[in-house]
Amino acid sequence: MSGQIGNQPTPPEAEGPLLLDIAEVSKRFPVGKTGWLSGKSHSLVHAVDDVSLTLARGETLGLVGESGCGKSTLVRLLARLTDPTSGSIRFGTRELSAIPAKDFARDPDRARIQIVFQDAGESINPRFTAADAIADPLRQLQGLTGDTLRQKVEEAATLCGLPLELLARFPHQLSGGQRARVGIARAIGPRPDLLVLDEPTAALDVSVQVTILQLLVSLRESLGISYVFVSHDLNVVRLLCDRVVVMYLGRIVEVGPARAVFDAPLHPYTRGLVAAVPRLDGVRADALRLVGDPKSPIDPDPNACRFHGRCPIGTDRCGVEMPELRRFAGGRQAACHYAEEAPA
Amino acid sequence: MSDTALGHARHVVTENPVTGFALALFILFVLAAIFGPSLVPYDPLASDTANALQAPSGQHWFGTDQIGRDIFSRVVVATRLDLGIAAASVALVFAFGGFAGLVSGFFGGWVDQVIGRVSDTIMAFPLFVLAMAIVAALGNTVPNIVLATGIINFPLYVRVARAETVQRREAGFVDAARIAGHRDMGVLLGQVAPNIMPIMVVQMSLTMGYAILNAAGLSFIGLGVRAPTPEWGIMVAEGASFIVSGEWWVALFPGAMLMTAVFCFNLLGDGLRDIVDPRRRT
Repeated sequence: MSGQIGNQPTPPEAEGPLLLDIAEVSKRFPVGKTGWLSGKSHSLVHAVDDVSLTLARGETLGLVGESGCGKSTLVRLLARLTDPTSGSIRFGTRELSAIPAKDFARDPDRARIQIVFQDAGESINPRFTAADAIADPLRQLQGLTGDTLRQKVEEAATLCGLPLELLARFPHQLSGGQRARVGIARAIGPRPDLLVLDEPTAALDVSVQVTILQLLVSLRESLGISYVFVSHDLNVVRLLCDRVVVMYLGRIVEVGPARAVFDAPLHPYTRGLVAAVPRLDGVRADALRLVGDPKSPIDPDPNACRFHGRCPIGTDRCGVEMPELRRFAGGRQAACHYAEEAPA
Repeated sequence: MSDTALGHARHVVTENPVTGFALALFILFVLAAIFGPSLVPYDPLASDTANALQAPSGQHWFGTDQIGRDIFSRVVVATRLDLGIAAASVALVFAFGGFAGLVSGFFGGWVDQVIGRVSDTIMAFPLFVLAMAIVAALGNTVPNIVLATGIINFPLYVRVARAETVQRREAGFVDAARIAGHRDMGVLLGQVAPNIMPIMVVQMSLTMGYAILNAAGLSFIGLGVRAPTPEWGIMVAEGASFIVSGEWWVALFPGAMLMTAVFCFNLLGDGLRDIVDPRRRT
């Protein structure tokens, strides 16, 4: 193996404005025993169900939803760590869903999709120094060695505000914020076009969160990367993201420009999420309170709205007819039979 | 890392002097194995029937055996063979058992099933009897003793490596490695293996003792190294018949060497476990 293994950059104009175009992607996991003696299991967890979304070049897309709604599975799907059960994942001009995840590691597009993991400490090999961690993708994906490699590592570290003297340290010798910077430096090293940020600040102190978010904003501007930003923190999503996707039990319930979605949600679940954001002036009188837990994702009724039963405005119709994701003015989409009646 | 690890090692040794003692013994054994044959005062094979069965004295520190060979010389010279067999079998089983455990834990599925059943099958036998059977079937040679000793330790290595790998299979750094362009084998050998290495080294030290005992045991019952080669197991077997007639030193000294060696590796393993155990890291 010689020469460049890494990204052969396709000129952006040849790829059109959409960087990522996911259509009707589903991921189902079998549950229960699937040993070769006990036969096939028939129950399936619908982790991601019929999800379609697009990401324009340079755009930042927020992905929100409560724990277990399929965000992490969707992230793993679009970073090509797992294979979708069905559906298409178009990245630039290429269809990636046909390439098995295990072969994608050596794919020329591997360098173009990178992830910043949720827990930076856990995502850095405890036996690697910060420099090793940042160098790993550069060595693997771009075949860099020696001085060029060291130079690239230092460049990435500097871009991420990581002092060079910390490069010789092991993850357990770094603070949470420094580890987060190592995780980001590692991800931007191969100069990806798409950076998936999986709750990059969830494990950090509030004060550190701010500096890491500022770093992400400045990197987006200086490197022109598109972000998929997964977060629990709606305030952060509102500030950082152009558009937002709200997921509930594996399905998209609402899509739209971040401000519009949060200011006037069309879907009752989004209203509940927005109302659940803690405020100093108390809960608004008209706020929706989400009560109870989501339904089981195992073999859900294909004809019922996933939110039915927990939804404050649901009717009998929601139990027999799955609401489709419909288009609304202002580039918005929502999957609710009663979206038109949403309070503006 | 290397200086902090060294610092921690020093801390463990000073906190637990037994580990330091075991380390000193270990160094002594290694020196005896390397330089023993050229340092001993007598030829370990030369018989001197005029001086047979002499009690320990200034001239023969550990006495002489039934045909007048110097027991001290024989015991020291035997170190190389006994430790060599044990080290070779441990290295063998470390490579094969460790790799099988890694693959088993990482990939799961039918690979895991097959490797798990093979090691269960080995475990189902009384291990020493299995070793006897292997040597009896393949022949009385040193490579076969090494192989038999390795095979009976195989399940231990598979289980430890598998358990440690399963814990790390879903770790964030495994996903990160895939994102960085590593394929399965690259992740397994380059990322997971270095993380389970400290535990495997502890395992090696702990099983080294069993391996020595097993090799000597095979020789003791006549299925291992043959006389007149100096080997602790044979020497104990030969000396056993003289204990009743009062010549205790013939069996005692090789037996004591054997015990000390096993003891040394077990203590060392305990100490190493303290060094690599993150809960004891300060």
